[in-house]
Amino acid sequence: MQTRRIRWHIGVFLAPAVIVYTAVMIFPLFNTLRLALYSKVEQERIFVGLENFRTLFFDPIWAEQFWNALGNNFWFFIIHMLVQNPIGIALAAILSHPRLRFAALYRSAIFIPTILSFVIVGFAWKLILSPIWGIAPGMLDAVGLKFLFAPWLGKEEYALTTLALISVWQFVGIPMMLIYAALLSIPEEILEAGEIDGITGASAFWKIKLPLILPSIGIISILTFVGNFNAFDLIYAAQGALAGPDFSTDILGTFMYRTFFGFQLQLGDPHMGSAIAGAMFAIILVGVCIYLFGIQTRMRRYQL
Amino acid sequence: MNKARTNPFNKTAMHGALIIYTLIALFPVFVILINSFKTRKAIFREPLAMPDSESFSMIGYQTVMKQGDFFLYFQNSMIVTVASLFFVLLFGAMAAFALAEYRFRGNLWMGLYLALGIMIPIRIGTVAILEMMVATGLVNTLWALILVYTAQGLPLAVFILSEFMRQVSEDLKNAGRVDGLSEYTIFFRLVLPLVRPAMATVAVFNMIPIWNDLWFPLILAPAEETKTLTLGSQVFIGQFVTDWNAVLSALSMAILPVLVLYVIFSRQLIRGITSGAVK
Repeated sequence: MQTRRIRWHIGVFLAPAVIVYTAVMIFPLFNTLRLALYSKVEQERIFVGLENFRTLFFDPIWAEQFWNALGNNFWFFIIHMLVQNPIGIALAAILSHPRLRFAALYRSAIFIPTILSFVIVGFAWKLILSPIWGIAPGMLDAVGLKFLFAPWLGKEEYALTTLALISVWQFVGIPMMLIYAALLSIPEEILEAGEIDGITGASAFWKIKLPLILPSIGIISILTFVGNFNAFDLIYAAQGALAGPDFSTDILGTFMYRTFFGFQLQLGDPHMGSAIAGAMFAIILVGVCIYLFGIQTRMRRYQL
Repeated sequence: MNKARTNPFNKTAMHGALIIYTLIALFPVFVILINSFKTRKAIFREPLAMPDSESFSMIGYQTVMKQGDFFLYFQNSMIVTVASLFFVLLFGAMAAFALAEYRFRGNLWMGLYLALGIMIPIRIGTVAILEMMVATGLVNTLWALILVYTAQGLPLAVFILSEFMRQVSEDLKNAGRVDGLSEYTIFFRLVLPLVRPAMATVAVFNMIPIWNDLWFPLILAPAEETKTLTLGSQVFIGQFVTDWNAVLSALSMAILPVLVLYVIFSRQLIRGITSGAVK
């Protein structure tokens, strides 16, 4: 542009998105972080600095809940990484096989749980695993493994793992689809070149395809991380806001909800809720930064 | 394709693995659906049997119809989802066009600013969002949800759409300019129709999370008149927890609309993911 006239249309095009995004997302985000530095004393909002965070991390009552939720959240994430992503990759590897019949049908069917709401998934599994209804024990009985059955969602030692596996069941479609897309984009010539060198079948997967899809696996890992550390719905739908039994399935999302909104006898405290949101924000930010600067930039990318 | 990569044993094993996983994926949905049509006795006696003339019953659905206002919930979910998608697509496409088409100072920064929200979940700001909605009187209105979902959907929409808009032919737009079309006409008449496939992808990506969300309806609009289907079924099931017929029927009714949408849009969704829109 030689003439320095103001191009109003750029502003008009940008304004609605920028205004809504700033007002409803960015501003509340920072406002929440700011609220975490205040406290309510006798109906008045006073500035307390990092006091809320000190309470959260060190006060015996709060700290116990916080570290419990954080630890549970990490376990939740680890199960996803160890179970969901390998299964997703394996399914994608099979599906991407050339000339596999019914591939589209399998793909659509396996993706169905992903489109269901957490409420449906949570309750459906709750019913199926319920000892009252007896579908799970009945099926284990049919294969002679009835002794393995336990009320998994009701036992402290199993409940969290069970919920994580339910969540894996629900979301396995996402890594499957993304890896599937990555595998399809590998050019045929590369695989043929490998064949000439005698690399076929499983070793073609490990030696040629896997290194080429590593960037996609990185993206899936960070998506899983962000999704898990901001999870709430499934636990709330299946176990309620108290994340029972005895808080054994409490994760940061349910902890924040309880704190901020209050539950039963506990009064809601927006400022402590904001402090937990601040901690979640920090964790997610650290995760995203590790991914962006530590993993993504070091990963070898192959020009295809 | 040569023989090295296809042998019959492998093929059977592959189909076997896929069939097993497909069964695992569909089994719970199937069990819920068939049992919702059975009498209470049959649900417990033979949970895996198909409903027959003896065990068939609609009692659960009758309870749901009588006790819960599922049509209202469905309507609310529909309004929220459609309106949010409309704003995400309109505002997102406009911003994407500005970023892709014009060179101006701060273009790159604006792009980064808008992309920030792709990785940071909007839920972190819930406390302040609720405070703001209370202050503006939007609590317990569908507008609160529409605004939140619009803001939540915009970052990815702008990101994907601007990638696509860069591919729209420069000549076409310049021809329009020579003909004296305004920038607005160029956007709405020339560019928008060309990026329709990308818009569909963005719509499908946003549709499912909005429809299924429990968090914001629970916090911003829990009133009876503004409950969405997801929240409505959650509350209903919580109240009727011992009435298995009602619970199973409510679950089935919540599954159905999503399944229908999925059948309609699954090709679009899968094409969207596999075409690398999210790379």
